[in-house]
Parts: sequence; C-alpha cells; structure tokens
Amino acid sequence: MRPFSFNKSANITQALTIKKDNTQFIAGGTNLVDLMKKHIAQPENLIDITDVLSDKIENTDNGIRIGAMVRNSALTTHNKILSDYPLIAKALLAGASAQIRNMASTGGNLLQRTRCPYFYDVSTPCNKRTPGSGCSALQGDNRMSAIIGYSEHCVAVHPSDLCVALAALEARVNIIDKKQKASVIPFKDFHRLPGSEPHLDHNLPSHALITSIDISRNPFNKHCAYLKLRDRDSYAFALVSVAAALHIESNKIMEARLASGGVAHKPWRWLASEAYLKGKEPSIEHFAKAAAIAADEVKPLAGNAFKVPLLKGAIETALQNCLRN
Amino acid sequence: MAALPSSVKAFYKDVKNFIIPPKHTTPISITVNKKTYKVTADTRTTLLDLLREQLHLTGAKKGCDHGQCGACTVHINGKHVLSCLTLAAQAAGKEVTTIEGLAEGDKLHPMQKAFIECDGFQCGYCTPGQIMSAVACVNEGHTKSLAAIKEFMSGNLCRCGAYNGIVESIQKVAAL
Repeated sequence: MRPFSFNKSANITQALTIKKDNTQFIAGGTNLVDLMKKHIAQPENLIDITDVLSDKIENTDNGIRIGAMVRNSALTTHNKILSDYPLIAKALLAGASAQIRNMASTGGNLLQRTRCPYFYDVSTPCNKRTPGSGCSALQGDNRMSAIIGYSEHCVAVHPSDLCVALAALEARVNIIDKKQKASVIPFKDFHRLPGSEPHLDHNLPSHALITSIDISRNPFNKHCAYLKLRDRDSYAFALVSVAAALHIESNKIMEARLASGGVAHKPWRWLASEAYLKGKEPSIEHFAKAAAIAADEVKPLAGNAFKVPLLKGAIETALQNCLRN
Repeated sequence: MAALPSSVKAFYKDVKNFIIPPKHTTPISITVNKKTYKVTADTRTTLLDLLREQLHLTGAKKGCDHGQCGACTVHINGKHVLSCLTLAAQAAGKEVTTIEGLAEGDKLHPMQKAFIECDGFQCGYCTPGQIMSAVACVNEGHTKSLAAIKEFMSGNLCRCGAYNGIVESIQKVAAL
C-alpha cells in the first residue's frame, strides 16, 4: 500500500468539505483495501464515512429506503426486505461470503470495481486501470468477460449481485454532491457501459456520496428468483446470473422483470424478453421463448461462447423458479 | 528558477518523498479479548497485522491477505469479519474477539473442543478462522441443514480438506 492519511468524518458536511482530488471515501473497505494493497487504488487520503451515512432501513410513503451504510448482512435478515423485497436478500445471499457481507455496505456494493483478472494484474495493459493502455481481455483470456454492451476498449463485467436485483426492481440512488445538493439517479442510469471511457464505472459525480437507495413498493415479492451460475457452489463471482420477477394475476403475467449479472459492464435488463412475457400465461414454453429472445441479443467473445446457452438456461430456470415461491 | 528546489538536499528529499512517500501514523485505542490496548500504528496497518505484529496475538492467520481464504476471521462487535481487509484505524474503538479470546483459562470453548473431537483440522493453519466462523454459524442459527452450514462457511477455505470434520464439529455444537 502507498502511505495515506486517515480521517474519520463525523458528518456528511465535513466529509464532503475535506474531500480532495486524491482522497477516497472508505466504508466497508472490502474492495478498496484490496485494491490499495495491489497499488491499483493509490489514494493519498482516506476518509472513513462509516459514522456519516445512515445504517437504517426505513419505510417511506411508497416503499423502502436503504441507508448507504446498511451492511449487506443486515439486509438479508430484515423482516420488511424478506417479506416485500425478497429479491434483494436472494441476490445478496448469492454473493460474497458471510464475513464480507458483514463488512460491505450498500453504497459500496454499487461502487465496487470489476474483477476482470487483467484489471487486477498491474503488469498487463488495462484501459480501466490505465486509460489508453489497451484491453488485454479483448484478445486474451476472456472466459469471464462480457457478452453484450462491451466495446473494443473494455470487455469487463460488473461483479455485483445486489445491483442486478436493484436494476430489476428499478431502484433509485439518492446522492449528495460536494455542494451538498441532493439528487436522484435512476438505477438504470447509475452504471455506465464502457464505450471509449472504460475507466468510468458509473455516473456518480466526483466527490459525491451515495446516501441511500429507494425501492418502490411493488407486486414482485410473490414471484421472484435469483439464479447465479458460477465455477463453484458458493463464494465465486457469476459467470451468468439472473434476477427474475413476475407480477402474475389470474394466471397472466401483468409485468415481468429480467436482469443479468456477469454479462455486461453494468447490470443488464432484458427488455425485449420482458415485453414478450407481458400479457402471456406463465408457461414453460413462454419462458423458453423469452430466454431465446435474450440469448439472440448477445455477441460472445472468443473465450466465452459457453455463456450463451448458460444464459438461456439460467433465464428459463429463474422464471420457472419464480413460480415455486 | 523559482520552480527549482532551493538546494540539492531539498531536491533529494523531494525525490525521496516521491519514490517513498512518508508514512502516516494514527493513534488507535482498541479492545481485544476484553483488554484495551492503546497503540500508534501506520495508517496502512490492517487489523490482522495490528493483532499479529503489534499486539502479538498470532492466532488469526494470514493466508491470502486478500479476503479470499478466511484464515484471518475475527469478530468485531460480535460479527465475524475479515481482519485482513479491515484497516486497524477503522477498527479503533471497537471490541474485537480473536481465537485467543474464546477459551476461559484452560477451559476450551465448546467449538474448540468439538474441532479436536471431530478431527476438524489437519495442519491447523485455517483453524482459528474456521472456528471464529463456526461460532458465528451456531450463534446466528445457520445450522438447520448441511447445505446451510456449508453455505455459511464458504468463506473459509481448508487446503487439507478437513471440511467433513468441520461440518461435524458445527453440528455437534449446534446440538448442545
């Protein structure tokens, strides 16, 4: 690690005021400390914001507000989350280990960096780590890489499971900027595609903080599932993951939500498949067709064509699992 | 000319500070196994390094130092966490329990006894972390099925493959 000064902030105003260019906020630290050990993140100052942000899960007029400092494990055991927003808990429990879920914060989960092996290997070119140096994964070992939404500059995928569920539930990210102005970023606009600026993961302005996440009350709690396919049964990043949520009334799908992790630089919504399912009966045939529509959209790289049938099967299975709740 | 360093000595210092930036230290007051320590540490010190190198509590082990193996697992304020990914400065003011804090004198914690009785280890390197996670597993009630235990314990790797003995130990303590 490079040396850094360490400050613990008492409130948001102070944290935002003392934030400088080469300063990073630290909450759970499960990703940042690792990146600092590998010299990928080299902040000169760290500001501990664990006492600054809310660690409360609160009811709002039309849903729920999750404080940015709520630890992942707290979300997985919260009664209201389990009864009304179970997709959140299902996704979280599919990710990381019990120790890391006790440490990691909700806000930090959104801001974690990719686990592309070339991003972590400082001896290789990586446009995300060193803009302009090139993408090693494009022609290299891209087994874990994206199959949709990538560019010639970056084929990395976003590693979060929680974010896939938040994308499916169309959450909103509440932020506060350096001038202490609060604003809201819809979840679909929070993360970016790599384009020609893959070093930018998201649209959170520099020096701004995530304060909380809002999720509207929704009818998906009765029929939702999170399916994660990975190299081992637990504690591994997704090859392909699927968050599926159905609103079913009188044996008819009123609305469907389908999102995936492990396939793109951001949590990916399968909008054409969702549109297909709307108004249909929840049947294995329709689920298979919806999965085929999604699988038709993707363009795998040399090393990850296996992800296409994997995705197709994962979507079908996740939709079927929705009916087993 | 004004931009040039005022002397060779200052120039040398600038170069040195660029190549080897000076370290920062921070005072830390921390309670470990019910004993309060007041130390000064480099801000870069992880809780694991503080425990092992400064407090000489070498129970928690450094396996991967990247949060992948779980050998460094300790409890902070009752929750099991990875001490290798926790900055010591962030643990200041908190209550830490390590493997050394489980036994009461010569009387082993039931989980320690169970690990011995069920052959829950071979080389023993991952064992302190396994036991800290196993205690959390029972305390938090994730012992209802074999699958639940395995899922909860997935952040602790054992290269000897003593998993069956570890699971058996947890089942044994859960049944007490």
